[in-house]
Amino acid sequence: MKKFLKQLIDGLFTNNPVLVQLIGMCPTLATSTSLKNAIGMGLSAAAVLICSNVVISVLRKIIPSKVRIACYIVIIAGFVTIVDLLMQAYLPDLSVSLGMYIPLIVVNCIILARAEAFASKNSVVASLFDGIAMGLGFTFALCLLSIFRELIGNGTIYGIQVFGDSYEPITVIVQTPGGFLCLGILIAAFQVILKKIKRRQRS
Amino acid sequence: MSFVEIISLSLAAILVENFIFVKFLGICPFIGVSKKTDTAIGMGLAVIFVMTVASAATYLVNQYILIKFDLNYMQTVAFILIIAALVQFVEMFLMKMIPSLYQALGIYLPLITTNCAVLGVALLNVTKELNFIGSVINGCMSGVGFAIAIILFSTIRERLVFADYPKAFEGFPIALVSASLLSLAFMGFQGLTVFK
Repeated sequence: MKKFLKQLIDGLFTNNPVLVQLIGMCPTLATSTSLKNAIGMGLSAAAVLICSNVVISVLRKIIPSKVRIACYIVIIAGFVTIVDLLMQAYLPDLSVSLGMYIPLIVVNCIILARAEAFASKNSVVASLFDGIAMGLGFTFALCLLSIFRELIGNGTIYGIQVFGDSYEPITVIVQTPGGFLCLGILIAAFQVILKKIKRRQRS
Repeated sequence: MSFVEIISLSLAAILVENFIFVKFLGICPFIGVSKKTDTAIGMGLAVIFVMTVASAATYLVNQYILIKFDLNYMQTVAFILIIAALVQFVEMFLMKMIPSLYQALGIYLPLITTNCAVLGVALLNVTKELNFIGSVINGCMSGVGFAIAIILFSTIRERLVFADYPKAFEGFPIALVSASLLSLAFMGFQGLTVFK
């Protein structure tokens, strides 16, 4: 249980896939325009990550090393198709607003990186917890970014108006340039905070 | 497809819907490879080539296998497998036939398999319902847009070394902020259409 807690803190903060490892940027920038999109995207990617981690860990002794990347991609693509179809059936509005970024979870660097670096070398239970930790970390980063972007760029959070009518939203923040800018600032701020915490822990 | 339509599609793919600065596809190699201009040029050329061939191949498979046998749900799996196999095949072909080009492209060729941009352009061709020539042109021109973006960005990044920014922004963050300014410039192309 303690090991899982350590993995969770690792995935959320010290080794956050987006903010520290700096992978999986494409969906982060594109789907963080609103909190609803961010949560939907984060949880879908987390679901695929957990399932693919488990399956790859189960099959890790059978997959030959030469074709392992192709095998991982097939397994991940299978789960992405399942998630895509489920979303189209039960959450059609979210599926439309996320657009083609759901099928693009297949090439999400995070899932392939965790499969290569962790699931192919560790037990099923450890891979399951790693998938949960990294998936939650990804969702956390997405939510942080999207709260910031939606609040300033739209005046709402999850569609609920927060600022009054007199607030003129800075729309460029929810468009492409704003995405780059906010993510850059967020990564810088996050790493500064992490460094300060590490320094305090050491002293 | 008429000539005007081709020009319109090309302009859209390169400027108005630029893969990096408007569509957010292909960011990982964009930030990773754009530190020096020569590597950026190599990566750009490789991506143009792969995107063109991948557009053609995925269109053919989609049209003559997936739609014919009513297997639309297999699109994601089929496309990504085609792209992975294609990149592997191209790598082997270049290694045997044009070794100088293979050496020039280096490790970028296998890196393109997991690039959002290649799968993205394949999916976009389907969404936009383009025919074969349209798909190939869209793929090629999107690759050109990607190459222009990455080469432009690498020239900026080479000069960032002499800039005076806060230490917290070292590395990735300052690159992202510069990309946001370039993206703001590319926003000026929105609404650009060819007069019919």
